[in-house]
Amino acid sequence: MDRMNWNTKALNRADRLARARHEIGGRLAGKVVATEAIVTLLEATLEPGDRVCLEGNNQKQADFLAQALNQVDPQRVHRLHMVQSVLALPEHLDIFENGVASRLDFSFSGPQGARLAKLVSANRIEIGAIHTYLELFARYFVDLTPKVALVAAHAADAEGNLYTGPNTEDTPAIVEATAFSGGIVIAQVNELVDGRATSLPRIDIPAGWVDFVVKAPRPNFVEPLFTRDPAQISEIQVLMAMMAIKGIYAEYGVQRLNHGIGFDTAAIELLLPTYGESLGLKGKICRHWALNPHPALIPAIEAGWVESIHSFGSELGMEDYIRARSDVFFTGADGSLRSNRAFCQAAGHYACDLFIGSTLQIDLDGNSSTATLGRITGFGGAPNMGADARGRRHASEAWLKAGRQAREGRGGAAGTPRGQKLVVQMVETFREHMQPAFVERLDAWTLQEQAGMALPPIMIYGEDVTHILTEEGIANLLLCRDDTEREQAIRGVAGYTAVGLARDRRIVENLRDRGVIRRPEDLGIDPREATRNLLAARSMRDLVRASHGLYAPPKRFRHW
Amino acid sequence: MSNITPGLETLDYTFAGRRPAGVFAPVLVGVVGSGNLEVLLEPVPGADCAVRIETSARGFGQVWEAVVRDFHQRHPLGGLRVSINDMGATPAVVSLRLDQAISEVRELQP
Repeated sequence: MDRMNWNTKALNRADRLARARHEIGGRLAGKVVATEAIVTLLEATLEPGDRVCLEGNNQKQADFLAQALNQVDPQRVHRLHMVQSVLALPEHLDIFENGVASRLDFSFSGPQGARLAKLVSANRIEIGAIHTYLELFARYFVDLTPKVALVAAHAADAEGNLYTGPNTEDTPAIVEATAFSGGIVIAQVNELVDGRATSLPRIDIPAGWVDFVVKAPRPNFVEPLFTRDPAQISEIQVLMAMMAIKGIYAEYGVQRLNHGIGFDTAAIELLLPTYGESLGLKGKICRHWALNPHPALIPAIEAGWVESIHSFGSELGMEDYIRARSDVFFTGADGSLRSNRAFCQAAGHYACDLFIGSTLQIDLDGNSSTATLGRITGFGGAPNMGADARGRRHASEAWLKAGRQAREGRGGAAGTPRGQKLVVQMVETFREHMQPAFVERLDAWTLQEQAGMALPPIMIYGEDVTHILTEEGIANLLLCRDDTEREQAIRGVAGYTAVGLARDRRIVENLRDRGVIRRPEDLGIDPREATRNLLAARSMRDLVRASHGLYAPPKRFRHW
Repeated sequence: MSNITPGLETLDYTFAGRRPAGVFAPVLVGVVGSGNLEVLLEPVPGADCAVRIETSARGFGQVWEAVVRDFHQRHPLGGLRVSINDMGATPAVVSLRLDQAISEVRELQP
């Protein structure tokens, strides 16, 4: 090949920087761009067809830069290919309606899911793929490298060093990929410090990786996604939490784990210092966590259950509590939390023995999905947490026991000794409004047809699910030896749903005799003892009290 | 739920008792609130177990029948009236309330 220039990226980067300096003129001081010059900066640095990461995390949002991107001239900036983990704000989709962007690769769209589906069917957005978080970050370093990254930090100094603080989240992964591939990094910050009278608490992103900094007129938006008010936990959730602790955590000796986001798992967290303590399990289970700073875990931390927690992001109101419990949380020398979604996703995948979370639908193969018709949402981190880590090689008691159960009696490659991750789906058989959690056919299949996807959007594959836990019992799928047993094990805990009522009672009783299905009474649990009195905190106020006043819930959770 | 229509649905089931419930002061458990229900147990003459359900969630007769049939299998009592006032409770909550009510009857009995 006759290639004359191997440094086109560097030249292009220099062109963009020169254009920006020229167009911004006196409104640029070092790396600091005047707030009112932000649209000019974006028009000068962006080129048509650029791959752009507009930092949208699960929690923290580069909202000022998102608004600015909607104000650029589409004649000049168009056909952008957006590569960001979360579409949380209306602005994230406005740029497609405004003709600035046309293609999208992402992980999760939550509240924007219905609008996204409409834009896709109107051909306003072309979706590349829907990823897990870690999968999208991985592609930043292979074939989805951003040319321009628009990120959010808490503060910057005059040189352009960034303090991302407790909600560091995706920022390091985005900036690393962009800054080391000839790209341009622009950061919005809540505060500028001068480095003399005021300085950064610590440096999370070094100045050499950052090209421009702009002070946003308002602090960046952060959503408290992981706060669950204990007042809303039901007796059935308490019952299911008792079954999880006694029937799975104690059974396998689970020391390292990740919890999903819902009330079901919040109930488990709140039962550790009460029910867990009464079973003598302290120190034997739940010592190490890959988890956001869930307020519901405060009573267990205070009771000495928890040795370490590494977090994907932070949680509003937990700042002072985290600072005061630096033995437990990953914190900087300044005392504040350092989260990192990429590392925590890796930790959850490779270093945890159990994932437990809720879902909306489970089919007879154990496939589980939260996809619903008319919405394209993706699953964020759940498919990564809720999958066996096939590359794992280190052993632990829980991992080995699950692996033995899955392989017992098998020969050949399927019988080669190895461990397996425990992946638990925890659902009440009927959700609110009597929607059955068990179905013959997932909505995901219809959604695939409607949206023309390559595959049905399944959150956790049945092959990876090891246990299904409902108020009726626990189905241990590791012990099932064929598809019929698996189907009947699932029907056998599906309660009064149509799927549950259609069970073969003889096979189900046989599975129960073999311990494949275990009812509360088989575990020595009396459902009548499952009362809210077992919760270590029954209200937000109880959580504040348990934290010795260090936890400061956001206003919407204060009912006193 | 899409098929909730205004007005209550009333469902009646009768089972033959295999054990007399005996004499006891009426027992009331639960509360009428969204996603919850009230269960009243009273002794009545005769050998049957009569269940009357008034529910705000219409169209779930098949599920109710299965839930109360299982209840009667666990506690095959006769001379018993079970009155349920439901506001969209899930079957799990219904079964739990029924079992709680039965335990209270046992505690009250001499």
